[in-house]
Amino acid sequence: MSLADRGRLAAGAARARVPAMARPDLLTVTDRGIFCPAGGFHIDPWRPVARALVTHGHADHARPGMGAYLAAEGAAPVIRHRLGVPVQTLRFGEPVTIGGVTVRFHPAGNVPGSAQDQGERAGGVWVVSGDYKTEADRLSEPFEPVRCHTFVTECTFGLPVFRWRPEAEAMAAVDAWWAENRAEGRVSVLGAYALGKAQRLLAGIDAGAGPILTHGAVETVNAVLRAQGLRLPPTIRVTPGLDVRAYPGALVLATPSALGSAWMRRFGRASTAFASGWMALRGIRRRRAADRGFVISDHADWEGLNAAVRATGAARVIATHGYTASFRRWLEEQGYEAGAIETEFAGESLEAPEPETEAETEAETEAETEAEAEAAETGTAGAGAAETGAAE
Amino acid sequence: MKRFAALFAALDGTTRTSAKVAALADYFREAPEADRLWTVALLSGRRPKRSVSATRLAGWAAERAGLPEWLFADAYAVAGDLAETIALILPEPARPAERSLAEWIAEVRALAALPEEEKKPRILAAWEALGGTERFLFNKLLTGGFRMGVSQTLMTRALAQATGIPEPELAHRLMGDWSPERTSWASLVLADDPAADLSRPYPFCLAYQIEGDPAALGPPADWFAEWKWDGIRGQLILRGGAHHLWSRGEELITDRFPELAGARDLLPPGTVIDGEVLAFAGGRPLPFAQLQRRIGRKSVPRSVLAEAPVVLMAYDLLEAGGADIRQRPFAERRARLAALLAALPPEAPLRLSPEAVFDDWAALARLRERSRAAGAEGLMLKRRAAPYLAGRRKGDWWKWKVDPFSIDAVMVYAQAGHGRRANLYTDFTFAVWDGDDLVPFTRAYSGLTDAEFARITAWVRKNTLERFGPVRRVRPEHVFEIGFEGIQRSSRHRSGVALRFPRMLRWREDKPAAEASTLADLRALLDLYG
Repeated sequence: MSLADRGRLAAGAARARVPAMARPDLLTVTDRGIFCPAGGFHIDPWRPVARALVTHGHADHARPGMGAYLAAEGAAPVIRHRLGVPVQTLRFGEPVTIGGVTVRFHPAGNVPGSAQDQGERAGGVWVVSGDYKTEADRLSEPFEPVRCHTFVTECTFGLPVFRWRPEAEAMAAVDAWWAENRAEGRVSVLGAYALGKAQRLLAGIDAGAGPILTHGAVETVNAVLRAQGLRLPPTIRVTPGLDVRAYPGALVLATPSALGSAWMRRFGRASTAFASGWMALRGIRRRRAADRGFVISDHADWEGLNAAVRATGAARVIATHGYTASFRRWLEEQGYEAGAIETEFAGESLEAPEPETEAETEAETEAETEAEAEAAETGTAGAGAAETGAAE
Repeated sequence: MKRFAALFAALDGTTRTSAKVAALADYFREAPEADRLWTVALLSGRRPKRSVSATRLAGWAAERAGLPEWLFADAYAVAGDLAETIALILPEPARPAERSLAEWIAEVRALAALPEEEKKPRILAAWEALGGTERFLFNKLLTGGFRMGVSQTLMTRALAQATGIPEPELAHRLMGDWSPERTSWASLVLADDPAADLSRPYPFCLAYQIEGDPAALGPPADWFAEWKWDGIRGQLILRGGAHHLWSRGEELITDRFPELAGARDLLPPGTVIDGEVLAFAGGRPLPFAQLQRRIGRKSVPRSVLAEAPVVLMAYDLLEAGGADIRQRPFAERRARLAALLAALPPEAPLRLSPEAVFDDWAALARLRERSRAAGAEGLMLKRRAAPYLAGRRKGDWWKWKVDPFSIDAVMVYAQAGHGRRANLYTDFTFAVWDGDDLVPFTRAYSGLTDAEFARITAWVRKNTLERFGPVRRVRPEHVFEIGFEGIQRSSRHRSGVALRFPRMLRWREDKPAAEASTLADLRALLDLYG
């Protein structure tokens, strides 16, 4: 199925219903990633290419080895920091012409600076969503719908069992849990992605309620974001020398992989929790063996994905990383000309491998390995990796 | 239902036992009596009968949510739980209503008597009234399976905290044939009269597997040893002229083993014996497969009765002359049991489990090596001075099973699990070599760590050769050491064998598939032990 879809996407699918997309060369997929032949650039490529447009700094989207990087202004500092490469930037909405294709970035609401990449040429407009979240939070630039003919959308949570509660309600649940633990003199350790989720929590919870400690990988990202002008509440980095008993009832923001590791021992009988969209499912919640699971995702839920697709006005919608097979079939039944492509993006994943070294490396391993990518696709049924394997 | 949902959330929201017990004890203090009673019932495996099929529920929920059935099926495959899938896909409740747990259970029970077309509007109405966790719990009541992450032992402990009644006493009161419809909080929990129900069994005393060297248990003279028989643990109750046989799973199995009715004429009323139901002929136990023929049916045909007659191999005496003697030392109970059974004729359906006499631990270890030859699965060790305790405890009773059989097999099919294992490939089919062919011979789904399951899941996704619905045929590459407790000839399996308690002992990443065991290896085990 994915092979056929790749062919279809590559061929530009000259369907009568979308004459603007009749050009066969607007977007295609190579073994390196999503490619715009007219512009000669890839978007979030997973193997080295000459020119890469990078939607945001998560490790599965921003990879090393590209000849040139272009990203939105707010996303660039993290990419520079993590990859150690020069990154050219664009402000949101600012046009740049690359090989006859006009490129613009629009806020995707996933992490600070995360972009939807828009390309326009000869009346045809495509948008590649990257990772996105439609509900606004108190950290990232809110998602903006962009009109286009072809919308390439992620669908990490593209099944109707994923429906998020409003931001304020989710944050209040974290506050309540922390308060309860403080009252009992226990430390609260909350597992969250080092880039994005951790800072969104910092911005969304009642941060003044008590001391907040951070895992090194989280604090490194905090420093980068603070340096670019984002306001975050004060945090204290956990170092080997830090006396954690001096912070009774503290909230500790840790990477998911740090939970259950030796790093945790210093906090004694702490209460543990994860913040992730996967926590919507009880089976996964129980498997994580944390005390609590907060359903907080930086990706769009089922309603969000559908609303985003509708808002683009696109006739063609291509599903990428996530429940691609299901979401594509659903779109087809909704009357879209739908396709699916297999990518090597991990989406949101919790099955993180154990970090091998200190902070910096941890941040980089956050969403990196193949095993993790697989885990993120948990149960993608028809869109499983067997097909990816066959296609490669 | 709000209060019950809050309890559920509290139990689900912690992995600490003490917090679970405290939440449950609070509930037992505060909730309405009918709700408490049903909670005790649910947590001891008593639940309303299933009144609507899963297919119908799925169809109605998909229709209500405006989703095609295939999408519901895809979502269900990911969530791994029908009740949860339905709860998550339905719109927010339009007409929220508060009814108690007992009232909702009454509604579920009432459905059973209704024709199909009347069930649907009532269930849709319930879904309109309930949101979030409450809707999930209502669905759980509808679909039967109910696990709240609390064992019966923990529930009993919480009940003891809430009522001040000692835990063993409560454990006894909660045994046997009761249901919330026919009893009350007062008579089940508070009344000090366990004998009110003549069929009521005592809680079984259970043992842990011994770890390390049994010599650590102290002087051999303090310990009694006997074979650990491989049958059905049972409690035979003779009271008021009737007899009842209970399984360890608290199932009344009296009618499946009519041979034991003879005990009524041989033993005095007011006698309760703990033992093992065994298919038994020619002075020794028959393979477990023979006993299995007696389990799956309500009435037993004469031919099966003749081919697989049973006896109760008696381990212990819990009640004598109508008095509960569980607090007496094991040595005394055993002596009284022996005296009671000594007078029985040889054809009686009861036998005294023979003592495995030993002078030192080395001698006992040698005896253990002979377990299989004796038709047993190992030894039991009981402290001679110990009372008969309720539940699984460490200290006085130990099982010392023989090492399992093991065979190296190639994984050939994989299927995802449910519940906690949703999205993980955990159920595997294994094969052995027959020439150049791989012959499947068993399935197994336990024994690996979560990390190993995650790793094999990633591998399965990349190495699927063919799909049959939820089952994937995978590249025959990985070898696992499969452990099992017994092996039988079977005409239902292509391999010609059936295993008892198969599980994965180890992932043999060091071993290539070509070096896995063969069908001939399996047959050799069958000839020796089948």
